[in-house]
Amino acid sequence: MKLKKGIPVIDQGDKLGFWGGKFGGNFVPETLKKPIEDLEILFNKLRKDKNFINERDRYFKNWVGSPTRFIKLENLTKHVGGAQIWSKVVSDANGGAHKIYNATVHCLLAKRSGKKVICGDTGAGYAGKMLSMAAKKFGLKCKIFMGAKDIQRQQPNVRAMKKNGAEVIPVYSGSQTLVDAVSECMRYWVANCDKVAMCVGSTVGPAIFVRICGWSTSQISRELKTQLIDEFGSIPKKLKLYNCVGGGSSSFGFWNEFMDYDKKQCEFIGVEAGGPANSKKHAAPLTYGSKIGILHGAAQYVNQNTDGQIEETESISAGLDYPGISPLHCFLKDTKRARYTAASDEEALNAYKVVTKFEKLRPSLEPSHAFSVAIAESKRLSKDTIVVVNSCGDAYKDRGIIERRLGKKYV
Amino acid sequence: MFNPISLAFKKAASENRPALLTYTVAGDSSKKQSLEILKSISKKVDILEIGFPHNTPVADGSQIQTSSYRAIKNGIKINDIFKIIKDFKKFDKNKPVILMGYYNMIFQYGENKFLRKCKISGVNGLIVVDLPWPENKKFASKCKKRSIFFIQLLSPTTTKNRLKKIIKDSHEMIYFISMLSTTGGKLKVSSKEILYNYDKIKKINSKKNIVIGFGITEKTIKSLKKADGLVVGSAICKEITNSIKKRQNPVTNVYNVVNRLRNKIK
Repeated sequence: MKLKKGIPVIDQGDKLGFWGGKFGGNFVPETLKKPIEDLEILFNKLRKDKNFINERDRYFKNWVGSPTRFIKLENLTKHVGGAQIWSKVVSDANGGAHKIYNATVHCLLAKRSGKKVICGDTGAGYAGKMLSMAAKKFGLKCKIFMGAKDIQRQQPNVRAMKKNGAEVIPVYSGSQTLVDAVSECMRYWVANCDKVAMCVGSTVGPAIFVRICGWSTSQISRELKTQLIDEFGSIPKKLKLYNCVGGGSSSFGFWNEFMDYDKKQCEFIGVEAGGPANSKKHAAPLTYGSKIGILHGAAQYVNQNTDGQIEETESISAGLDYPGISPLHCFLKDTKRARYTAASDEEALNAYKVVTKFEKLRPSLEPSHAFSVAIAESKRLSKDTIVVVNSCGDAYKDRGIIERRLGKKYV
Repeated sequence: MFNPISLAFKKAASENRPALLTYTVAGDSSKKQSLEILKSISKKVDILEIGFPHNTPVADGSQIQTSSYRAIKNGIKINDIFKIIKDFKKFDKNKPVILMGYYNMIFQYGENKFLRKCKISGVNGLIVVDLPWPENKKFASKCKKRSIFFIQLLSPTTTKNRLKKIIKDSHEMIYFISMLSTTGGKLKVSSKEILYNYDKIKKINSKKNIVIGFGITEKTIKSLKKADGLVVGSAICKEITNSIKKRQNPVTNVYNVVNRLRNKIK
């Protein structure tokens, strides 16, 4: 298995949509074959269309608010006493997280295809909130599927979705989290694909959704590349990019433009959700060596039992609480381009405490996982190493959990 | 080699009626009871479809999901499913059995091992919901080698060009999904429209046995009588759920439903 240079990773899949010959694909009911093919044709055409690119860039700039800040975390760097710690504050983006890029692109595509309704899944509520914002912006009706457990723990985002006019549909099946929300959303699309467009909230699902999402979030690394050159004159000799990984959309977008650099110069570190320290359950299929299986239309490493039943996950962070992982990350792991590890709930909470103590930055529980590993590893790194953590979400949505776990003064 | 599925269609055609196919989830509500249900409905049904339950089913509506979760919760494993089929075949060895489910379970078990087990237990056909054409080409030919029908699915969204290619690669039986829906949805298109699509498929190759499924209940079954076969699934799963709720015997209740279905297409 080999990563090719000079070709975008999203285009390195084979004819049937498999990366490295085995990750991804289209394991979908027959009914979805046609709508998926239609979407493929539309996307392949529009991404080469200058007008479409200009339209996208205009919305990214004027509405999403590009570029998001790239800042040095001076106090944290001093406190840790090793590598320089920087952050790409993607949570600056309109709505407070990276999910806005994929949502905007999907709504633009839906508009071009003439669909009037868009449906989507959400875990932490960000994908849903952004889709509801974009749908409102582009005059589309919006339906969001969300696990009943997640609705309970991510109330601020649920309120935002409703305020934007979206219908939030609670999903009571299975573990009542993201995995069930994605299943239910796909089922809704199966039954309504003639009139409704679907937005998959991360780089997961049938191959075309993986590609569209990766293409959309790559805006993050496009900005970062320019910002690094502005700051340092060139891409630093020792650069380490830390990102949390749930489905994998923010991390893929954070790394994409640096793919062709040697990993000795530019290393990618993906941090999965290890779950509570005292629990066997986790949401870290890459770190803990889960077997390859099929989930939501794609072959990927996924938590499952020997019979092929998908296993329940556990994580404090709803956005990372997913048993599978993007086929793109499976590919990056097996080609050894990226390194993956996990942080526990407690480690993430602790990192949140440390970051908010030293900096005017409030990473949500998802990027707090990445901060945890970045802080731990930075201690042992030289001062000329540039560590960048993608702060891809804002902690506002987590205030309930943070208050409960850490006390009121941390909210 | 001879496959009893073909014979079942011939027999139904000779009686001037569609074949009746039922779908139940293996292990619903228990291993023992699902076998009892199969035995009791066997003489009223031409082909038995047996679902191997998966916990992230992307094409099933709430009725079959409920049945699947119930079976999984009660501990059903793939090997138990093969055992149920084997035991059933001891009771009625000529009744054709089709296994239906999602690809991950076959993938984890191993395609070859899975097919060997199918052969030993007496499975005559396979439907894999999320392994569409052309992704299923290799697996379908493996099935053919072992004289197990791989049953292709067609949908109202399948383009004409694609229809032709799939039918060309299909074995003797094809499953036509009546409408855009998950299983168990309310029939939202007219039977006239369904039969119009059915005829389009039939015209491409009249030798194939085409069954219609999704949304078929006691109310709708009669209007689709001219098909080669009709599949009822969710209505049966729902009956099991209701029987449990009312503390009645699912075996007798399911038998009664199937009996009524059969009488409607006599």
